[in-house]
Amino acid sequence: MAAFDLVTPAGGGTWRFPANEPLRLDSGGVIEGLEIAYQTYGQLNADKSNAVLICHALTMDQYVASPHPVTGKPGWWPRLVGPGKPLDPARHFIICSNVIGGCMGSTGPASINPATGKTYGLSFPVITIADMVRAQAMLVSALGVDTLFAVVGGSMGGMQVQQWAVDYPERMFSAVVLASASRHSAQNIAFHEVGRQAIMADPDWRGGAYAEHGVRPEKGLAVARMAAHITYLSEPALQRKFGRELQRDGLSWGFDADFQVESYLRHQGSSFVDRFDANSYLYITRAMDYFDIAASHGGVLAKAFTRARHVRFCVLSFSSDWLYPTAENRHLVRALTAAGARAAFAEIESDKGHDAFLLDEPVMDAALEGFLASAERDRGLV
Amino acid sequence: MTSIREDFREILRLVRPGSRVLDVGCGEGALLDLLAHEKQVDARGLELSASGVAACMARGLSVVQGDADLDLDHFPDRSFDYAVLSQTLQATRNPRHVLDELLRIADRAIVSFPNFGHWRVRWSLLSRGRMPETKALPLPWWSTPNIHLCTLADFMALTADLNLRVDASAAFTGAGPARPMDPTSALENWRTETCLFMLSRHGASPQGKFSQGELPPASGDLFDG
Repeated sequence: MAAFDLVTPAGGGTWRFPANEPLRLDSGGVIEGLEIAYQTYGQLNADKSNAVLICHALTMDQYVASPHPVTGKPGWWPRLVGPGKPLDPARHFIICSNVIGGCMGSTGPASINPATGKTYGLSFPVITIADMVRAQAMLVSALGVDTLFAVVGGSMGGMQVQQWAVDYPERMFSAVVLASASRHSAQNIAFHEVGRQAIMADPDWRGGAYAEHGVRPEKGLAVARMAAHITYLSEPALQRKFGRELQRDGLSWGFDADFQVESYLRHQGSSFVDRFDANSYLYITRAMDYFDIAASHGGVLAKAFTRARHVRFCVLSFSSDWLYPTAENRHLVRALTAAGARAAFAEIESDKGHDAFLLDEPVMDAALEGFLASAERDRGLV
Repeated sequence: MTSIREDFREILRLVRPGSRVLDVGCGEGALLDLLAHEKQVDARGLELSASGVAACMARGLSVVQGDADLDLDHFPDRSFDYAVLSQTLQATRNPRHVLDELLRIADRAIVSFPNFGHWRVRWSLLSRGRMPETKALPLPWWSTPNIHLCTLADFMALTADLNLRVDASAAFTGAGPARPMDPTSALENWRTETCLFMLSRHGASPQGKFSQGELPPASGDLFDG
């Protein structure tokens, strides 16, 4: 662990699982020599009580508060992480890792399979949210952290937070779940299936072995992103942003992007393919579809959280989120309450849809800040 | 403590330090904040309005957005020492169920409500023939959230029906301090504007924090401070 003795204000790298500790997967598979790419911010304090794990959403990565190496854009959660923010590198040791199956440095379908010397492609084992969390827990241990002050995440990140509370409740003090769910609805799975089918219908997908052929299923991945992106917004947000505004004077009387919303989606699709791998998209959406905490606890969600009674939870939903609607978040809160856990919950009024948890929502900011500040007091951090 | 609401002052006096308290309809968390800071209670809340919950969370209070009529059902039995329902009972759809639930999830329920038997209410209805608008009941009938108003006598009948024990009771008039009150007295039903009760179940054998012979006296502790 010598490499981690000098954790700089912004550190990170790639952690390779020890040779004698392969990652055992829910599917029964095993990944040898798994690598997890991660970033850290701030320093671990003397009694190792100030560590925070941030779990990223489907298409995010470990660059929560630093520029993205591909796009050059700043970190994806500037509202929460940074100097003077609720999670502050001056006070917290913040860890954010790229999930397994991802494509920003962690082992995933685009990695080389050491057994064959070729990219995994579809020979990569199917992974679950619990597998992602198992890998994170080992990384966190390797960073010298036993107990996390907080585990924080939105959307798929919120699923990981719930899984942490089920599998490692003794290793966490507080939990923040934003715009998430304890399982996917049929509608969630349906939208993911549209995305996967778009990728697999692209002739350049080549049965998942596109890397060997030196091509990329960019059109399919772009369509997947376009469909998904619509689900991250809301009708009022799209209406406010674009309405039926045209790109230019008059209609083209063809299939060019006449409407501004069309060119917006095309841009979202084409910029996404620059930074994301199509097979990663398949594997990670599958992991989300398979996620169902209650199913593995006799169908009773509250039972999953009985060991997490001591954890203080903050759950926030957004009124216009139709991907993970308030009802799904409330379902989680009721289960937490029934399990005897201390849960705070609010539905934030917003017309920004699912993406609201990443956007300018002062009410969310105040609630999160209050929750984390009070947890910090109770943890003895301030 | 001069600016503290008189009923909050009484609740503060009533609640033992370090206990577990659920405030149902906790608004922006003023009472919970007081309880947490003055009595070091494990303070939780349930509140209908998103703005109230967000304000509570910003103060660091654990509050769940929810509805007393629907969400009490999800709390485990006896998960609190006290459940507080301050000026909210009359706004619930099913006050009987809510009261019953309060004493399922907590050993003690602290309940306050405006007394519809107060003389001003009776006089207003008798003289004007219109739904009363008083200081305790300031809104017209068509906009008031109070859909299940009752009198002190009605409430006592409900507690008897639910087999509840009155451990303490207090009366408030205007902004004045609390005074002891005999809830069975017909005179009190005329002169009490707002009343506050501490209730428990007859025959309950409180466990948890109350188990080691710490059971607070059945009555009178409301005015010992």
